[in-house]
Amino acid sequence: MSGTLAEKILSDKSGGEAGAGDIVIAQVDLVFVQDTTGPLTVRQFQAAGFKRPVSSIKAALFLDHAAPSPNRELADDHSFLRGFARQTGCFLFDVGDGVCHQIVAESLARPGDLILGTDSHTVTAGGLGAFACGMGSTDGAIALGLGKTWLRVPESISVILSGRFSPGVYAKDLIIYLIGRIGADGATYRSLEFGGDTVSVMSVPERLTVSNMAVEAGAKVGLFPADEMTRDYLATQGRVSDYRPLSPDQSALYEDTIEINVAELEPMVSKPHTVDNTAPARELRGTEIQQVVIGTCTNGRIDDLAVAAKIIQGKRRCPRTRLVVVPASRGVLQEAVAAGYIQTLLEAGAVILPPGCGPCLGLHQGVLGAGENCLSTANRNFKGRMGNPDAFIYLGSPATAAATALRGEIADPREFL
Amino acid sequence: MITGRAFKFGSGISTDQIIPGRFAYLRSNLPELAKHAMEDADPTFVSRVNEGDFIVAGSNFGLGSSREHAPLVIKMAGVRAVLAKSVARIFFRNAINLGLPVLLCDTDSINESDKLEIDLQEGTIRDITNDSRLTFAKIPGIMLQILNEGGLLPYLSKYGDFRLPSVR
Repeated sequence: MSGTLAEKILSDKSGGEAGAGDIVIAQVDLVFVQDTTGPLTVRQFQAAGFKRPVSSIKAALFLDHAAPSPNRELADDHSFLRGFARQTGCFLFDVGDGVCHQIVAESLARPGDLILGTDSHTVTAGGLGAFACGMGSTDGAIALGLGKTWLRVPESISVILSGRFSPGVYAKDLIIYLIGRIGADGATYRSLEFGGDTVSVMSVPERLTVSNMAVEAGAKVGLFPADEMTRDYLATQGRVSDYRPLSPDQSALYEDTIEINVAELEPMVSKPHTVDNTAPARELRGTEIQQVVIGTCTNGRIDDLAVAAKIIQGKRRCPRTRLVVVPASRGVLQEAVAAGYIQTLLEAGAVILPPGCGPCLGLHQGVLGAGENCLSTANRNFKGRMGNPDAFIYLGSPATAAATALRGEIADPREFL
Repeated sequence: MITGRAFKFGSGISTDQIIPGRFAYLRSNLPELAKHAMEDADPTFVSRVNEGDFIVAGSNFGLGSSREHAPLVIKMAGVRAVLAKSVARIFFRNAINLGLPVLLCDTDSINESDKLEIDLQEGTIRDITNDSRLTFAKIPGIMLQILNEGGLLPYLSKYGDFRLPSVR
């Protein structure tokens, strides 16, 4: 078998030679839903006449987007999903366990898996070498019932990374830069596949940040090879037996190749209201920020909190700027407590939210006021995203966010190192 | 043949504009949710749209979330098809799964409120208002089968499983 990462995984899952452009019917390893798309998934599952998920797959439900529930309607949705989990034996990750994508990475995703989630940021698990793809509720429902789905094998864009990140520059800056370069539809229907010598020194958490935002360029998946870094990560999660190496073939054909020397990157920010509206953080100095958010499935991991805590250590947030911190999972929160990061952030004036999606999608826990500016480490800055179409969202790395919280306006974190 | 009026939108209309996340609490109450269709792109949309009308957009329509509620509320508002220069992947798949046609074509020549006549089988769009004609890109095989059955649930109730079209 020869091919790109996407072609190799989909060949394996469809039992044939799957090349770009082919339509395949593929066996799915994991299907998961979250609390805002899950109720419709379950209703479609029942409408299709299914009783319980097919035994060939893992099925998981996550209560993370509105957790704990902010109102009775969402509380009822949670009850509905808990009931479905009880009846069917699906894994249930309840309020406070964390964001689905983080828990999938920590506990469920394996290199070479085909994973469907009814959430667009399902692509996150591509950082572990899983073909992880967001779909809607009906597709999720049918995959739960049949254990398979249809897919068009995507053409792939090869992103070759060279060099080493400069101090103050992170994986988040890389992916913001890439999206700015190719545009919000620059990879639509494509597999973004990352390679080059930089990859071998990028940790899985860094890869997860990059893969998480592949969808912001329209990509179907954002894939990294599975290598020693992947093995190390799985070992720290106590599941080294889930490791298998995975790499594209030398002869793989790519639709396009993009080369990036990461040493030349600098801290980057996405400006309102699109992710591809990018600029270096230094060019945005003076932009006042009323709320900083550090967390989410993009940047709520322990390494992210460590970076933020190091910059903030011994200082106070700007009095005009709220600092909201959302660890991505219970495990991350526990580690951050043990390492002292939470104490540091609290002393700096931060609000610590329960593990979950927090204010990212505008349901609760930090909805913005009219005319307010927010700098967030999340992945989306669309108009209205954080609950108010009259607010403005900037996206950046945890370091940029921490520096911004101290200064009260967008700051270049390299001045704080 | 379907006939209706065009509601024009620009490029990069996200699912957050189609059905904002702040209304997630209404997702188990679809008639109420549908009252907010397109609200952050055009707050007057729901009060003006009629059964059988069309959304006509620029490029990358429906980018963002996987929420199937986006095409669902558009359909519930009465929209019979979405025309766009390009469309985000998950939105495309979700719309077809719900039996809502998504037609890819050069939408520049269509103006707000133009009366359109669309022949889904022929693949043609006639703009009656400005007397012009457009063609739209062929919908890929398996998606066309799903659309022709009215969506993924009716498709599976008929066939019981996914079937690959014999000719790609």
